[in-house]
Amino acid sequence: MNMHNDPNAARKEWLSLLAKSPAADVKRYWNELALSLDFIDLRAPEIGGVMVRGRAGAVGAAFNLGEMTVTRASVKLTRGEVGHGYVQGRDKVHAQTAALIDAAMQTDHAEQVEAKILNPLRTEMAAKKSARAAKAASTKVDFFTMVRGED
Amino acid sequence: MYVAVKGGERAIDNAHAWLAEERRGDSSVEELSVAQIREQLKLAVNRVMAEGSLYDPDLAALAIKQSRGDLIEAIFLIRAYRTTLPRFGGSNPIDTEDMVCDRRVSATFKDAPGGQVLGPTFDYTHRLLDFKLAADGELGKCPKAESSDAATPHIMSFLDREDLIQSEPTGPETPDDLTRTPLELPASRALRLQSLTRGDEGFILGMAYSTQRGYARNHAFVAELRIGTVAVEMDIPELGFAIDIGELTVTECETVNQFQGSKTQPPQFTRGYGLVFGMTERKAISMALVDRALRWKELGEDNVGAPAQDEEFVLYHSDNIQATGFLEHIKLPHYVDFQSELELIRKLRREAQSTLQEAAE
Repeated sequence: MNMHNDPNAARKEWLSLLAKSPAADVKRYWNELALSLDFIDLRAPEIGGVMVRGRAGAVGAAFNLGEMTVTRASVKLTRGEVGHGYVQGRDKVHAQTAALIDAAMQTDHAEQVEAKILNPLRTEMAAKKSARAAKAASTKVDFFTMVRGED
Repeated sequence: MYVAVKGGERAIDNAHAWLAEERRGDSSVEELSVAQIREQLKLAVNRVMAEGSLYDPDLAALAIKQSRGDLIEAIFLIRAYRTTLPRFGGSNPIDTEDMVCDRRVSATFKDAPGGQVLGPTFDYTHRLLDFKLAADGELGKCPKAESSDAATPHIMSFLDREDLIQSEPTGPETPDDLTRTPLELPASRALRLQSLTRGDEGFILGMAYSTQRGYARNHAFVAELRIGTVAVEMDIPELGFAIDIGELTVTECETVNQFQGSKTQPPQFTRGYGLVFGMTERKAISMALVDRALRWKELGEDNVGAPAQDEEFVLYHSDNIQATGFLEHIKLPHYVDFQSELELIRKLRREAQSTLQEAAE
């Protein structure tokens, strides 16, 4: 997807980040920021399953690989903004916090949320990925050809 | 005659209480936590997720603890839990091309672009018991190297570019789902792949091995085996666009198999495919071999009568929960059924004896 032409690209990015980040981190950063936002539940947190699909031969027809647990929640701030959260796993507070962060990102708190929640989550995710990538890189095979015995 | 039998409630309650105590084992030994199972018995957790058909490491670890390490019992617990979950929808097909690979090897191309990465593998270990693990062994330092952001394209795509490999046919974006409609034959490839990926590892391995030993041999090479993480994306109706709803570890195996051609078509390699939750490479390779064997009809091959070619045999016997349910039910009370068998055999013996007596007189 072209980030520049997609008006939803930024929101898609932060929602995806919140879905994949550890529940404990999302909740901790949100609590530390301590925004006082009044809200009502549009959809109380709900645990469910999503059927994950793959493709035959990685590129062909879709098939059902199996399900994963997902928890979702939606909130509406009393000032009007609606936030949605879909997160991996079964943590209801994680889903509701993601929805609140999504709503807060549509208010004038956006800059604070970006700096105090989203940026640290991005940094941690990148650090975890690069630590793993570095270990994988150390197991990369360097082939060499044995010198043949004949002249 | 129908006789209802009641009773045994007290015995059952007491059996469950004893089970709980036996599960705990010697209480002077520290109790195992769910987190310890999740982190330190990860491959068991992966198998339970794959065959339980539900990706949730915490639940799989809990199931392993509850089942005292009986993985089929754990898979049963996960399958039962799965049925209680409301289905939010289906994901977009995961894009394994974008996998962040922990491991990626090819048995066909030494110089695969992106390189061959061994990852945390048992391969090349000497399979000698490591007694350091029984002591409180210090963990050695894991070396690191500079990683590159170079893409890791599927190796099959290079063969595809030269038209040397059969292309994969497309299909409906919403595939048939055997958790929604009972499996009927002949099964689409989508249904076959769904059953194989949740099928019993031992059964799928045995079937795959039979093809290697000559029962519908299909000359498989592992073109690529990759293990790593992929994002799962789903369209969210209330948003009107797709977001990532999580990240999974999966194992993917693509095999390149014997080629075929005809008077009108130049020879091309054929392919088999395996994709399984978690780090489960034995299962993924097995799945690819069995997938390939089951494709005989669409590839215009002969049915040589091999078990791995028989989709009814493979698909109806690969599910360990169906199998164990039917197998284990025969140990439950069948007193009335057996009573009628007893009466029948006594009657037959009486008749046989009187015939013998008559003949003797």
